[in-house]
Amino acid sequence: MSKTITIDGQVIPFEEGQTIMEAATEAGVYIPHLCHHPEYTPHGSCKLCNVNVNGRTCSACTFPAMEGQQILNDAKDINEERKKITQMLFVEGNHFCPSCEKTGNCQLQAVAYHLNMLDDHFPLFYPHREMDASHAKVLIDHNRCIFCTLCVRASQQKDGKDVFAISGRGINKHLIINAESGLLKDSELEATDQAAHICPTGAILIKHTAYQVPIGERIYDHTQIDQVSLNSENLQHDN
Amino acid sequence: MTTKIRVATTSLAGCFGCHMSFLDIDERMLQLVEVVEFDRSPITDIEHCTNCDIGLIEGGVCNSENVHVLREFRKNCKILVAVGACAINGGLPAMRNFIPLEECLNEAYINGIGVENAQIPSDPELPLLLDKVRPIHEVVKIDYFLPGCPPSADVFWKFLTDLIEGREPSLSYELVHYD
Amino acid sequence: MTAFIQDLVEKNHYQHTHLLHILRAVQAHYHYIPKDAIEQIARLLAISRTQIMGVIEFYSFFHLSPRGHYEILISDSITDHLLGKHELAAYLEEKLNVKLGEVRADGLVSLDNTSCTGLCDQGPAGLVNGYALSRLDKAKVDQITDLINQQTPLEGWPQALFQVDDNLIRSDLLLSAPIPAGAALQSAFNRGLKETLNELDISGLRGRGGAGFKTATKWKFCSEELNDEHIVVCNADEGEPGTFKDRVLLNSYAHQVFEGMTLCAALIGAQQGFLYLRGEYLHLYDKLEAILAERRQAGLLGQNIVNADFNFDIEICLGAGAYICGEESALIESLEGKMGIPRNRPPYPVTHGYLGKPTVVNNVETFLAAASIAVNGGNWFANIGTDKSKGTKILSICGDCAQPGIYEYPFGTDIQTILDDCGASDVLGVQIGGPSGTFISNKEFSRLLAFEDLATGGSFIVFNQQRNILDVVNNFTHFFAHESCGFCTPCRVGTSLLKNQLDKIVDGHGSAGDVVALEELCQIVKKQSHCGLGQTAANPILTTLERYPELYQAQLKKISYEPGFDLDGALETARRLAKRDDAGAHLAQVEE
Repeated sequence: MSKTITIDGQVIPFEEGQTIMEAATEAGVYIPHLCHHPEYTPHGSCKLCNVNVNGRTCSACTFPAMEGQQILNDAKDINEERKKITQMLFVEGNHFCPSCEKTGNCQLQAVAYHLNMLDDHFPLFYPHREMDASHAKVLIDHNRCIFCTLCVRASQQKDGKDVFAISGRGINKHLIINAESGLLKDSELEATDQAAHICPTGAILIKHTAYQVPIGERIYDHTQIDQVSLNSENLQHDN
Repeated sequence: MTTKIRVATTSLAGCFGCHMSFLDIDERMLQLVEVVEFDRSPITDIEHCTNCDIGLIEGGVCNSENVHVLREFRKNCKILVAVGACAINGGLPAMRNFIPLEECLNEAYINGIGVENAQIPSDPELPLLLDKVRPIHEVVKIDYFLPGCPPSADVFWKFLTDLIEGREPSLSYELVHYD
Repeated sequence: MTAFIQDLVEKNHYQHTHLLHILRAVQAHYHYIPKDAIEQIARLLAISRTQIMGVIEFYSFFHLSPRGHYEILISDSITDHLLGKHELAAYLEEKLNVKLGEVRADGLVSLDNTSCTGLCDQGPAGLVNGYALSRLDKAKVDQITDLINQQTPLEGWPQALFQVDDNLIRSDLLLSAPIPAGAALQSAFNRGLKETLNELDISGLRGRGGAGFKTATKWKFCSEELNDEHIVVCNADEGEPGTFKDRVLLNSYAHQVFEGMTLCAALIGAQQGFLYLRGEYLHLYDKLEAILAERRQAGLLGQNIVNADFNFDIEICLGAGAYICGEESALIESLEGKMGIPRNRPPYPVTHGYLGKPTVVNNVETFLAAASIAVNGGNWFANIGTDKSKGTKILSICGDCAQPGIYEYPFGTDIQTILDDCGASDVLGVQIGGPSGTFISNKEFSRLLAFEDLATGGSFIVFNQQRNILDVVNNFTHFFAHESCGFCTPCRVGTSLLKNQLDKIVDGHGSAGDVVALEELCQIVKKQSHCGLGQTAANPILTTLERYPELYQAQLKKISYEPGFDLDGALETARRLAKRDDAGAHLAQVEE
C-alpha cells in the first residue's frame, strides 16, 4: 500500500522523496506559489505555499511529504494570510498593472486575483528602482522583481550560465547581473534562454513582443491560476 | 416614499476614466436613479457633499486640494470607496514618485521645451503638490476597494446593487482586474 | 592592488570558502572593496562576481564605496542607549565633523551605527576599524578625535581605549572550577567514548544558544551519519543584543571551549572544526589563535591527539556583521563563504551541514559545559537545576543595575534573586533572552530561569521605572528590520512594515485601528517567516502589548484615521519652489 498524506480531508498518495507540493500537484490539488517551479530546485522563499502540517506552518514546496501528515491548505485563515503576504509583495515593489505589458499573464497578479485581493492593505514603499534596457532583446524592470530567484535558478540549472543573482540584505535586496558593467547587454543572456522567460512578473520581458495578445484575452483574464498551474505543471511532469 | 440612497463621486489625481466606466452601466443608470440620488459629483455639478451614504473616490492624492476634498468626503459619507488603480495604489500618477518633485516642476515650468516666461506657478489659488502621490487609504480610512483601470461598469453595478440591497459587496473572479 | 590580492588569495589557498576572510582583508586594507578586486578575486577563486557582490552587500562590515581610513561604528543596542549613546553619537559627530552614516570630506574618518557589539556591560561601545572601544565618554571622544586628526596608526592608540573587562561576578558549577587543559579528552578516552557520550546524556545538557536541543542527542545523531568527514562548529556569533557571555568565555576559558569542541570531534568522528567568531570580537582573534597554537604544541590539537590516534584541528572564521549568522544553517552558509541565508530544513545540519557533511553546531557555553561534564560525569551536572533544565546557565546581565557582568546560576533560580544580586532596584521589567525573547514585568519576578519557564541564550537586560517601554520596543523592532536577511517575504517586508507601523504609533500619529493592524502584522510575521529571526521579530511588540496594552492605546488619537506620513512636510518642496507660506500652502495632519 502506498503512503498517503491528507490535504483538507482529501487522501493523497505520495512517493518517498516527494515534497508536499509535488504530491499535491500530482493529485490535482493547487497550493498557491510564486517562487516554486517544478523544473527547478525548490527555494521556499515567497511563503505563499505555507500550509499547516500537523499544527505547524511549513512551506509545501520544500517540506517532504511524510506518512500520515494532516495538512490544511485551502482554508479561509490560511488564504487570508496568503493574501497579506501577496500584499506585502505588492507594496514592497512598484506594481502598476495598467502600465505593465505582463498584465493578464502575470503570476503575481493572478495569485492576487485568486485570493480576491482588492487592495494593497499596507502603506506603499515606493522604492526607487531602475530599469535596464541595455540588452537588444531583453528588458529588466527592477520595480517588478519579487526576488523569487527563478531567473537565477533557470540560468544556472537550465541554461548552463550564471547570469542573475540576488544581492543585498533585508528590504534592500535586489537582482544583479553577472557582468563587469552590471548591465544585461554585457551578460551572457540570450533571448532564447529559459531565464529570460521564467519571470512570474513583468520584471524580465522579451522586447518587441508586448501587446500581441490584447488585454482581456490573456492567460489569467478568464482562467484562474489554480487551473493554469495544475495543467501546465502536470504537463511538464508527464513529459 | 422611502428616501433615496445618496451617492457622491469625485476624481482626485485621476483621469475621469473611472467615471466614464461608471457611465458605461448605460440603461441600468435608469434603474439606479430609482433608488439613488447623486450629491456632489461631476455629473451633478454640486460643489460640496452633505450627508451621503456612499462616496466613490477616483484617483490618488497628489496635492493639497485632493486632501481637502478627500476629507470632505470622509466626513460626509458613511461608506467611502476607493475606485480604480489610482485611488488604490497611486496608479500612473504615482510613477512620478521616483523623480524628485523639484525636477518634475523644473522640467514642466522652467527647462521644458517651449516654456516662455519660465517660473513655477505661485498663485495662492493653486493647490501645492505633495512630494509623492499617495493612495487614498494612506490619508483617510477607506471602507471598500474596487480595483481596475478602470473597474468595469459591471463592477460598479455589482458593488452598488450589493450595497443597496443590503448584501456584503463581493466581486467574483471575472470582476477583479488591476488593468 | 593586483599583487596584494594575488598574495591574499594564495594565503587562503584559493579556497572559495575563505571568501569572507579575503574580503575582510581587502576591506581593512582599502577601506572598501574595489571593483577591480572583485573581478580579480572572482577569477582567482573561480566563482562568479555576483557571488562576491552578494556577500559584500549582505554583510554590514563590507562596503562597495570607501569608508574613512578610521571607520568608527557606534553600538546601537538598547543597552548603549541606556548609557547615553544618543548624546555620545552627537558629540562624535560634532568633534569628528562628520554625520552618522557619512564619510568626512577628507576621507579620513567615517561614522555609523552598528548593531550591538557585545560590550553591553561597559558601553557606550563602538568599533574602530573593527576593534572594540569600551566605555566611551566625552574625554575619550576628544582623545580619539586627536588621534584621528594626527593620523596616529591604531597600534599607537592608548590601550586603555581598547580595555575590555570580563566583569565575571558570580561563578557556579562551571566557571568556579575550569578544567585543566586536556583533562576532558583524557577522561573521555580513559572512560571510553561511548561511555562519555552516555555521561553527556545523563547530564541532560541542552544547547545553550537558546533553543535547548539535547546536546547528547545531537552528537549521537551526527555520529551515526555515514560519511568520511564530520564537522564541529562552535557558534560564537553572539549577536543577540544584551549578550556578551561568549566574549568572556572566549577571553578567559577558551582552552575549555576548544577542549569541548575537540571532545565533540572525538565522539562524532570529526577531523575539522570551526570557531565562527562574530566580527565584533576581532579583538579576541590573535589571543584565540595563540591558544590554538598552544594546544597544537601540547598535543591537544592536530595529529594523534592525547596519543589516542585521533586527529582534529580548529580554524577560526570571523563574521562580518550579520545577526542572522547566529542561526545555525545561516552560519554554515557563511562558513562556506556565502551570504548568511538560513537553509530549508530538513535536511538538518547533523546530516547535511558544512559542505553537505554531517555537522554539529553548538554554542560556546555548550562546549564549555560538555568539557566539564566529560571530566566530572553526568550526575555532577544533572544534580543541579530543574527536571527539564539541568545544570547552570551563564547570564550576561546589563542595563539598569549596579553590577552588570557575567553571572552563572543554577537553572531554577528565580528572577528576583538575580535582580537582588546584580543590584537592580526600582525595576520596571526585564528583557530575558534579548529582543527575540520575552519582556517580563515587575509582577513576574517569581518566575524561573529555565527552559520550561524563561529560556534565554544569556541576555538579561534590566530596565528601571524611568525607562519608556516603547523606546525599548522601538529599538528592538528597528534592529530586526535591519538584520532581516530578506530571504522570505513575511520577514523581509514584514519587519520593515512593523518598523513603520510602530514608528507611526510611537510618534503619536496612530489612530483607532493602528494597534489592531500592528498586532495582526505581528502574527503574520511570527507565523509565516522562514526562520527564528522572523518568527521572533515581533516578540518585543507582542510581549509588551500583552502586558501593557494601555501604553499602546495611550499613544492613539481618538480619531478614525491619521496618515502615517507627514502631510505638511510633504508640501515643503512645493512651498519652497512656489515661494509660498500662506495658510493654503499648509495642511493639518488631521482634519480640524
